[in-house]
Amino acid sequence: MPRMNEKLRYWMLVLPALAVMIFFYIWPVLNIWGISVTEPATGLGNYTKMFDSNAVRVSFMLTFRIAAITTVVCLLLGYILAYTISNFATKARPLMLGLVLLPFWVSVLIRSFAWIVLLGRSGLVNDALMDTGLIATPIRFMHNETGVLIAMVHVMLPFAVLPMLTNMRGIPGSYMKAARGLGASEWRAFRDVYFPQTLPGVFSGGLLVFVLSLGFYITPALLGGGRVMMISEYITYQIQEFLNWGLGAALSVALLVATAIILFVAGRFVNLRKTFLERN
Amino acid sequence: MSEPILSVRQAIKTYGDFRALDAVNLDIREGEFLTLLGPSGSGKSTLLSAIAGFTALDSGVVHAKGDDITRLPPEKRGLAMVFQGYALFPTMSVAENVGYPLRVRKWSKAAIRERVTECLDLVQMGQFADRMPQQLSGGQQQRIALARALSFKPDVLLLDEPLSALDKQLRADLQWELKALHERLGVTFIYVTHDQDEALSMSDRIVILKDGAIQQEGAPNELYDWPRTRFVANFLGKSNCIEARMTGRDGDHLIAEAAGHRFAVHAGTGVAETGKGCLALRPERIRLGLPGDEPFTGRVKQISYLGERCQVLVDHDVLGEVLVSQPTWHSGVRPEPRMDVSFGWDAKACVALVDA
Repeated sequence: MPRMNEKLRYWMLVLPALAVMIFFYIWPVLNIWGISVTEPATGLGNYTKMFDSNAVRVSFMLTFRIAAITTVVCLLLGYILAYTISNFATKARPLMLGLVLLPFWVSVLIRSFAWIVLLGRSGLVNDALMDTGLIATPIRFMHNETGVLIAMVHVMLPFAVLPMLTNMRGIPGSYMKAARGLGASEWRAFRDVYFPQTLPGVFSGGLLVFVLSLGFYITPALLGGGRVMMISEYITYQIQEFLNWGLGAALSVALLVATAIILFVAGRFVNLRKTFLERN
Repeated sequence: MSEPILSVRQAIKTYGDFRALDAVNLDIREGEFLTLLGPSGSGKSTLLSAIAGFTALDSGVVHAKGDDITRLPPEKRGLAMVFQGYALFPTMSVAENVGYPLRVRKWSKAAIRERVTECLDLVQMGQFADRMPQQLSGGQQQRIALARALSFKPDVLLLDEPLSALDKQLRADLQWELKALHERLGVTFIYVTHDQDEALSMSDRIVILKDGAIQQEGAPNELYDWPRTRFVANFLGKSNCIEARMTGRDGDHLIAEAAGHRFAVHAGTGVAETGKGCLALRPERIRLGLPGDEPFTGRVKQISYLGERCQVLVDHDVLGEVLVSQPTWHSGVRPEPRMDVSFGWDAKACVALVDA
């Protein structure tokens, strides 16, 4: 049998996935772009409306604020966790890694509902606090930014931990030892020698969490209860409730562009290929 | 003798059932080049790590100039260490690496700059100050690691197999440099290696370890000439082990009998003066001759040509296989396979070993 042309073989292998992507993803996205400049009237009307709208501005600012806080908290917690797993846990390492990965096997929807059970007005946390007499009236954990943040951090934590963990496990212990052997205290050795080497992992994890948080829908929608309107939910509202396809489409284009700009800027500091493709 | 700069007493370290250090006692003299030599798992690295403060001993003490430092963290011991993989900090330039020990000691910027230049010149790396460690070759990185360890003027430098990752030629060059550096600076070197050539060529004193215990210590030529145990005789260079019977003492040497011949052998303390014994005989101390020239006669089994030397395996009825090493450039007998030859040695070329 004659050997198939190399190029042809390549395209044959790529084609099925490519076809699905074009048909179900790229084509609809292009349509969205189209809608944003054609509905209800042709032109940039939707965009001017978007830039003039106070509600949109508030929602975008809220989205960026929540994404930023989630990122910072995830990095702080995740760094400690990754540091512990890679430097101290020897026997417990597989178990700890398993616990980090476990949430990936439970749907985000279920995890978000679990938080509602915990944080609600008569949820487990409030009940426990009231029973022990620490508080007299329930604290509002839900349907505000606090609730959204708690649940977002929980959902995003593994995305922060994994890149940092990969990075840290590539750093041999001899660097810290060498620094201490040369006269640096444990803290000094960490600050001067270890921490700078973990920055690529921190940037990767941070970028991943931030970008995912920007477009996050389920968790903010459930925990925010309509009061914490992040941009994805705002878009859903425009389309589902007000049937305002034009503005909804324009907003999704704006979110896409904002995310692209962030990735582009970050790409100058972080190796994106490493962040998204080469995680073991 | 003056007080040792470092001393280890009754050091014990176990990992589960494995005894890494088994009651080790060691004194290190000020200014000496001491090598801890042994196969992997002999405890040499554990001992160095315990001295440096990275390994906590189960029991035993470490003293530095009389002070107990057993419980001090590594950074408080004032010892410098060079690691096997160099461990140059990848986020710092060469100059920053070398200046790091000074930075943590809060030297002024000007003083650091001056000392860094001095140290880089010391290892002939002055022009590489602004490079990053990853841009340097293995040998260059090794030099930087050395300069970094010496920058804060430590009294003692600990080196953990620093040359093991380099190729043979470079290793030989750096051995000379290390030795010269030691002589120039007068710093005490404690060097860990499993390479006997390295140990022989550089050390003032070698400590041979096996199974977490010291087998023998002494100057390189002492250990080579008068090994006490079979392990030392074979680990440091090659040795023929000859089974013999001791028949008594004659002055400061013993009389041994093997294959119908009696001869004088060197004996250290602790060797049984009568009964069965084992002798170590260096291959290059055996003379080869034509049949009748020397006391023992055998047949050449195999010859291995090594360039400057030639190794000859001679089969003897009683002694078994005897390895002889002779220079290729000489005027004596030129052995060939299956040739009958005679062999013998000077009095006291043989050393009686403790473990018969």
